[in-house]
Amino acid sequence: MRVDEKLALDAFKPDEEPHIKPRLEVCRTCRDRVCLRVCPGGLWTVVEGTDEVRVECSGCLECGSCVTCCPNGGIDWAQPRGGCGVRFRLG
Amino acid sequence: MADGEHFDVVVVGGGLAGLSCAWEAAKAGRAVAVFERGEEPGAKNVSGGRLYLGPLRGLLPDEWNDAPLERPVARETLTLVSGGGAVSFDLRSDKLRDPAAASHTVLRAKLDRWLGEKAAEAGAMVVPGARVDGLLRTNGTVTGVRLGDETIEAALVVLADGAVSRVALDDQAPPPPSPAHVALGVKELVTLDPGRLEDRFGLEPGQGAARLALGDFTRGVPGGGFLYTNRDSVSVGVVLRLDGLAAAGPQGPESHALLDAFRAVPEVARLLAGGETTEYSAHLVPERSVDQLPPRSAPGLLVAGDAAGLVINHGFTVRGMDLALASGVLAGRAAAGDPAAAPAAYEAALAKSFVLRDLRAARRSQAFLARDRLYGHYPRVVTELFEELFRFGPDGKGRVARPAWKALRKGVLNWRGLRDLWAARKL
Repeated sequence: MRVDEKLALDAFKPDEEPHIKPRLEVCRTCRDRVCLRVCPGGLWTVVEGTDEVRVECSGCLECGSCVTCCPNGGIDWAQPRGGCGVRFRLG
Repeated sequence: MADGEHFDVVVVGGGLAGLSCAWEAAKAGRAVAVFERGEEPGAKNVSGGRLYLGPLRGLLPDEWNDAPLERPVARETLTLVSGGGAVSFDLRSDKLRDPAAASHTVLRAKLDRWLGEKAAEAGAMVVPGARVDGLLRTNGTVTGVRLGDETIEAALVVLADGAVSRVALDDQAPPPPSPAHVALGVKELVTLDPGRLEDRFGLEPGQGAARLALGDFTRGVPGGGFLYTNRDSVSVGVVLRLDGLAAAGPQGPESHALLDAFRAVPEVARLLAGGETTEYSAHLVPERSVDQLPPRSAPGLLVAGDAAGLVINHGFTVRGMDLALASGVLAGRAAAGDPAAAPAAYEAALAKSFVLRDLRAARRSQAFLARDRLYGHYPRVVTELFEELFRFGPDGKGRVARPAWKALRKGVLNWRGLRDLWAARKL
């Protein structure tokens, strides 16, 4: 099962405002791109034809791995607003 | 809720630590509010698998007999995996069933919801869907919390908001934890009907199994895999040290691919065959030694559970939920007294309890578990030894002790192996 198929099993209530924002001026010069590998949802991608990364916030499991691992402080990360984001039904 | 409302105790986070604190303080007659950012308690929480109730005897009320637990663990298995082979050490013992020392598998959405109801029945106000954004301070003492533009005053605030606390102590958002101090857990819940589950895991009706595995499926990243049986599902996952995952470099593995690699280990695949995945989750696990813990109190503030880093990784098992419950209960008891004296009372109670005693006793385990030979080298040495012992090829067997000595000399009885053993003596 692909990781996007696994995420589709979970219940999400997206926040209007994205809760994770990459600081593109930092990301452009980053070589590590640890965010691409640590995210358990595989939500980080490089925008084709550019040196920018983007993140699909609506499938975020809210673990905090991306912001914890970014070596350059290149990620603004907040919890989604109250009542928004992932809702584990079993946990 | 009117702006400027006042409580005796405001708890940030409706997980095991926050809710057990609220329950305890409410039973003592305090006016308690719990703010939980999820849609209900447990909505954001992920169980690593099992809860040890033994250490909590004397701390938890009798109502815990009705708690929604999944299965008591009656079988413990450690498996070393390498090159497609697997060697397991398997414990079945009546001693595992001793109620005084039993552990139970749990699912957090069920358990936390139940605990929230208990806290509410005792009089605590449990407010879901409410994200706390910051703490109020007056002359260095915490005097309440801020939710957006709304302020709520409290004689005492208990911070129980988990491993990645985002509650600003001042105007600055707190820094994220260091990747050396956390591990990432990635988990799937796979449904299996109870009869089939008990057959596969070799269990009597109603009993549970816990399996931990180390080996090459993590592709050199320090960490391992786990399987826990719930009533009608299996929790299967990997726990990966974030610093190890980050250090693997741009060609290194993706975290979610390592869960797939664990599921593909034949031993694991056989146990889960035909099961259907129903939920996918991830969560950070604090992994600090007792000397690296964040502050547990400040004037007007107590910190409990994962937010205080109260987790012990013994290597063969990880404990966090029992420490969260214990610290929550002790915080609740401290909160029942004079708020000005609560921080000192809480620190003293924690220091006397099993929480800090066991954290101190496990002081060296973090450094030991950072040895990457535990995750690739030793599983390979043991698996190859057993493969050799049980192989009877066309050339006959020869002396059976020879492969054992060869493996020991090559794999363990050398400078690095002896150093690992020397480090292990103090665990």
